[in-house]
Amino acid sequence: MLKGLFIILLFLVVGNGISLLIGDFIPGSVIGMILLFLGLLTRLIKKEDVKGSADALTGNMSLFFVPAGVGLMEAFGLLRQNLSAIIVSILISTILVVMVTGWLIQKLEKRNDE
Amino acid sequence: MMNSLFNNEPFVLAFVLGVYLASLYLYRKTKLSFLHPVLISIGVIILILESLNISYTTFKQGSRLIDFMLGPSVVSLGVLLFEHYEHIRKNALAIITAVFVGSFIGIVSVMAIAMALGADSSVIASLQPKSVTTPIAIDLAAKNGGNVSITAIVVVVVGVFGGITGPFILDKLGISSKLARGLALGSAAHGLGTARAMELGAIEGAISGLAIGLMGFATAILIPLINLLFLLF
Repeated sequence: MLKGLFIILLFLVVGNGISLLIGDFIPGSVIGMILLFLGLLTRLIKKEDVKGSADALTGNMSLFFVPAGVGLMEAFGLLRQNLSAIIVSILISTILVVMVTGWLIQKLEKRNDE
Repeated sequence: MMNSLFNNEPFVLAFVLGVYLASLYLYRKTKLSFLHPVLISIGVIILILESLNISYTTFKQGSRLIDFMLGPSVVSLGVLLFEHYEHIRKNALAIITAVFVGSFIGIVSVMAIAMALGADSSVIASLQPKSVTTPIAIDLAAKNGGNVSITAIVVVVVGVFGGITGPFILDKLGISSKLARGLALGSAAHGLGTARAMELGAIEGAISGLAIGLMGFATAILIPLINLLFLLF
């Protein structure tokens, strides 16, 4: 558990460092995620070492963004002014993502597996 | 009196956790997707803070430990990515291509429609990462001048909507491959799409989980590039 947490924090720190170096282009957490993936792929990191902590974190992720969401109490005005634009754009765009991704991968995938 | 209570970090942590667990219980009992625990928790906490006259600044200070966990939880998605990667090796390039194209269409379409409907630029920046798992979306919105609170709510709404309508849209289009269905759900509706994909089957669920991480990566790269393009024209 502690070892896993240490590895995860270490990758976050390295990710943040790289993010700074490349001018804050991609969030450090996303870079840390990709590096951890590569670390596991190259067997540099053993899956058993991080799995417990990682599952505990990803399994409860919804809780972690509640405080950010509560900030809405300061953004009610902005939300109300833009409500119809927000709702219409996100709903149409979500349908488009389902359609495009689903259709394209079905075209590209190599059948014979599964 | 209430203000000093909310200045106490252990109290705020217990308060948030308590509200969240109660919302989770309600969600599991009712099984209604629009009663998503995040939406209910946020609503209930705002109501309580407003009625007790507690400022968001005070609450934010007390709840920063929970907020901090966002970063490590994003890094942890790397493990998910690795576990699911083993399933899809053969189609890796096709999957990456489809996710990048899906991400691009998602960002550009939400920007274009919101712009046409006269949304503020900070709102548009809040909507760009709407199909990405919330911790990554919050980071991306903050980085690109968005309002993280609007992003947090929007992402959950997108997840609920995509999770409910996704399988129906895929049926209508005649998309039957398990790989395609899982990938489309995870790409459009992140964790909530994955929950739905898991109901469809284990392969769909695994691929959908992979899509969450890939979509976060693709969107993190594409948003600054697309913003640059919009600036040029």
